[in-house]
Amino acid sequence: MRNIWTICRRELYSYFVSPVAWVILAIFAILSGFFTFAVTTSFLRYALQSQMQGGGGPMNVNEQAISPLLSNIAVIAIFFLPMIGMRLFAEEKRQGTFELLATSPISDPQIVIGKWLAALALYGAMLLVLLLDCSFFFIYGNPDWKPFVTGFFGLLLQGGCLLAFAAFISSTTKNQIVAGAAGFGLALLLWVLNWVSSFGNSDFLQVLSYLSILSHYDSFARGVIDSKDLIFYCSMIFLGLFLTTRSLESVRWRA
Amino acid sequence: MIQVEGLTKRYARQVAVDNISFEVNQGEIVGFLGPNGAGKTTTMRVLTCYMPPTAGSAKVAGFDVYESPMEVKRRIGYLPETPPLYPEMEVGDYLKFVAKLKRVPSGDVNRRVDEVAERCSIADVKDRLISKLSKGYRQRVGLAQAIIHNPEVLILDEPTSGLDPKQIIETRELIKGLAGDHTIILSTHILPEVEAICQKVIIINKGKLVATDSVDNLTHRMHGSDASVVVVDTAGQADSTAVQQRLEQVSGVSKVLGRHVEDSGFTYEVESLAGRDVRADIARVIVQSGWNLHELKSVSFSLEEVFLELTGGQAPQEGAE
Ligand SMILES: Nc1ncnc2c1ncn2[C@@H]1O[C@H](COP(=O)(O)OP(=O)(O)O)[C@@H](O)[C@H]1O
Ligand SMILES: [Mg+2]
Repeated sequence: MRNIWTICRRELYSYFVSPVAWVILAIFAILSGFFTFAVTTSFLRYALQSQMQGGGGPMNVNEQAISPLLSNIAVIAIFFLPMIGMRLFAEEKRQGTFELLATSPISDPQIVIGKWLAALALYGAMLLVLLLDCSFFFIYGNPDWKPFVTGFFGLLLQGGCLLAFAAFISSTTKNQIVAGAAGFGLALLLWVLNWVSSFGNSDFLQVLSYLSILSHYDSFARGVIDSKDLIFYCSMIFLGLFLTTRSLESVRWRA
Repeated sequence: MIQVEGLTKRYARQVAVDNISFEVNQGEIVGFLGPNGAGKTTTMRVLTCYMPPTAGSAKVAGFDVYESPMEVKRRIGYLPETPPLYPEMEVGDYLKFVAKLKRVPSGDVNRRVDEVAERCSIADVKDRLISKLSKGYRQRVGLAQAIIHNPEVLILDEPTSGLDPKQIIETRELIKGLAGDHTIILSTHILPEVEAICQKVIIINKGKLVATDSVDNLTHRMHGSDASVVVVDTAGQADSTAVQQRLEQVSGVSKVLGRHVEDSGFTYEVESLAGRDVRADIARVIVQSGWNLHELKSVSFSLEEVFLELTGGQAPQEGAE
């Protein structure tokens, strides 16, 4: 446990002492601010319209503003997470510090989990920025907090998934840029996989679309924690971290 | 302290270390000498549990590197060829991180960091970013991280490569200063480095063990002399002492030993100063004296040939055995 924390802390140190974390946070703050603004505006316009037309159904901030906002963020995250994850191992291998970790009394899974947690914490910091944006809804409205909580939880899970795979890709190369590009490609692929369900109904397409990382997010954004989706995310995280550990092992056998 | 037996490491395309065995006793400083590509780094990486051996075994402080790597890792301090430094960290923070990584108890971390910083003369740069350090300072930070947990065994891969002469001397002094407390293996491709620091030397070339010896013996052989065997037939015109005296007068010859005296000829072993090839002169002297030269061959020491090969000389391949 102490080992994981040691690794995690150093990783966070590097994120925040270099401009990486701050640049990512700044860009994300701008984007999430923009999206919050956009959703709110369209929500207000819609509300105004339905009022003028005399009623319609009751308006729901959760369904018509927060849920779409979180879904949008889930998509934006696909662009950010590879950037966070790409340096995890590629950088260590490039500058030779992996040799220090690998010859210290610490196990590979501890290294992997420590680094993954650090990356997840940075993503958590991004979500805190989003939380600030969203506080707006609570000040001026009275949304249901449950879908809000599950939505954030779902974002974290989805982030954990993509970061685990980004870590795996990062462990296979010395080149951060390569790791970033490949990680982004994979994230994009996992996102668009759910489109294939519209191609037909065969079992194969079903499986492919099941693997789509975003389709499992919808339930969280709606305020339900579906155990099916929870299990999906957890097993994907486990798979990603497991592959990373194996990849480190093989690096040593070949190295 | 370290036992290596039949160690072999095969990469995808080649055998980097081929069946080498050696032992290092507690408290020794051992030089691991060999040209580039000899397999020094590979051997060290096996000893530090960075990668498993293909065959054979290696034990550090009684623990096998394959069976109980955690025990071995706790007892080893390792300075790889490029010091494993995070450029974006401050020196002090970096050392604290390594201390925790090496399981120094939390309460002792700060004290140990101060101690090693003092010892490696980097106390004055503790608040500096590693990326801002000079090469010599980086090497010292690298050494500091290797000794932070006070390991029984220190493994240093080319600790002076890439440093300027002053830094080299400083680093060597530092390593010698560490000698009392640790068993040290350091690799180098420079012979004088071994002479300057080590008590014992292990020479490897192309993955094979060439020799292990004490440095005293090695330097004696290296800087002592060359030898040739001469067989002369005087056909009764001179006795063996006369021939010996004549040979001793050849310039460059330091010593002549009579070996056999037979009717067919007298055999001598002629030692000459290192680097002087006296064979041509000997041949001329003998022929001028009207004697017959039956045989004249140089008997070089195998270490000599090894050394030539190590330093890029043209010694024959077979000589390396
Ligand atoms: N990771 C690797 N993959 C394949 N071959 C390697 C690897 N590392 C070293 N080698 C090869 O193994 C041999 C020994 O290398 P090394 O142990 O680094 O020698 P040294 O440290 O004595 O210069 C060299 O021929 C080198 O090319
Ligand atoms: Mg080397």
